[in-house]
Amino acid sequence: MSDLRPRVDGLSAARDLLTDLRALGHTPAPSTCVSGTLTRVGLADSYMTIETPLGLVYLAWNERGLSVARRAATHGDFEVEAYALLGRRVFLETEPPQRMEQALRAWLAGDRRAPLTFDLRGQTPFMQAALLKAREIPYGEVRPYSWVAREIGRPAAVRAVGTAMARNPVPVFIPCHRVVRADGHLGAYGMGGPESKRTILRAEGLNVTRAEALAAAGVRYVSSVSGDSYCYPSCHSTQSIAPEQLITFASEEEAVTAGYIPCDACRPPLAALAG
Amino acid sequence: MASDVALAAALADDLDSAFEALVCGWSQRLYAFSLRMTGRSRDAEELAEETLVQAWRALAGYDAERRRALRVRPWLFQIAANLARNRARSARRNPVISLDAGDDADGQNFAAAAERIADADPLGAPGAALERQERLDELAALLLTLPEAQRVVVILRHIEGMQYAAIAEVVGEPVGTVKSHASRGVARLRKTLEHERVAAAQEALS
Repeated sequence: MSDLRPRVDGLSAARDLLTDLRALGHTPAPSTCVSGTLTRVGLADSYMTIETPLGLVYLAWNERGLSVARRAATHGDFEVEAYALLGRRVFLETEPPQRMEQALRAWLAGDRRAPLTFDLRGQTPFMQAALLKAREIPYGEVRPYSWVAREIGRPAAVRAVGTAMARNPVPVFIPCHRVVRADGHLGAYGMGGPESKRTILRAEGLNVTRAEALAAAGVRYVSSVSGDSYCYPSCHSTQSIAPEQLITFASEEEAVTAGYIPCDACRPPLAALAG
Repeated sequence: MASDVALAAALADDLDSAFEALVCGWSQRLYAFSLRMTGRSRDAEELAEETLVQAWRALAGYDAERRRALRVRPWLFQIAANLARNRARSARRNPVISLDAGDDADGQNFAAAAERIADADPLGAPGAALERQERLDELAALLLTLPEAQRVVVILRHIEGMQYAAIAEVVGEPVGTVKSHASRGVARLRKTLEHERVAAAQEALS
């Protein structure tokens, strides 16, 4: 019997070795294996939180650009909302690319050349055109819905522009807050209503009180007595006009009749004069 | 494997959502394979992710019929094994001296090990669990000393639990060669462990 013992030991050692090897496969993978892969191949987006004039905003992005910005109570709430909008999962990125963070901060501070791109796949061509047009409105200025409609070659689609702005997937970063009602009232705003719209425009340096007062008085365009062109009231080229030099118009017809032409910078409409 | 066939069919029908399922289903196994091949959790994470990204790129270039015919498991491990080989080769060519050894996998491994121990022994007996963990760590380190051809096969056979025919597909060798790599690799592990056990016993006696 005794000469069998080493063999029995050997067999059980062999079994132990194979059991131990099998146990080496039971290693939990870091969760970043799934999120890292899915974001790299474009099947999921990353997201972060960022401080804005409207407080903390959740912001999702992928290799093509920014995809969703929302305010949310919790990470989970944002993840659910972003999934509903994008049809893709979003994963929290605790170390967003530095270059992107710099670009976002520069953009929020008014740098129009900050290298931000947007992922607007899944939106209609009209929606994309309207949103990208809104991006052209300078920091601290506002334009009416009809301006966007005219600029994208769909002058009659004013209401549709309103809808497009309301459905903006990336508010704050695509500045739909700079698109206002034709009568100069600020109008609706998806991310927190008119008061938020006022807050963010004020943060950009727009004199909101003046803008609303002019609008309430029926003013649509302004110019100076010595100038030859008429502008939207928030156009930067009007900001240096002294109050006694300022002249106002209730319509483009009135401005054109008085001999003024549309400003090159803010591009108000040219009135079609009868006869 | 039936689930493999179903996954291949899903990849043929709707690549995007099936690939998400593939990632969720296979990332742990690919990570375990990569960890045992490289010995470092950070390298393993990169390797597993790179494997899946390469798989995605390949799948995107295949037509539906080719995706349907895919044998997912050997195919994935073939990508992982090739990447591991290339990585080891370039590491030999450009050796990097790690300046932040303390920052590396060990901390995480230790934490993970502590967790496993806690899981395994909710009622105490931490001594036995600790001893077992030490034995597994030693075995993992020993695996890294095997020649690569043996290591791949031992991992696929005994950790991943694959059939020899599938392993032969992964490494592109005849089944006979694969079997001999497996048995030589295991024999070598056993011999080294035996030596160490004897050495430890002698040390205890002296």
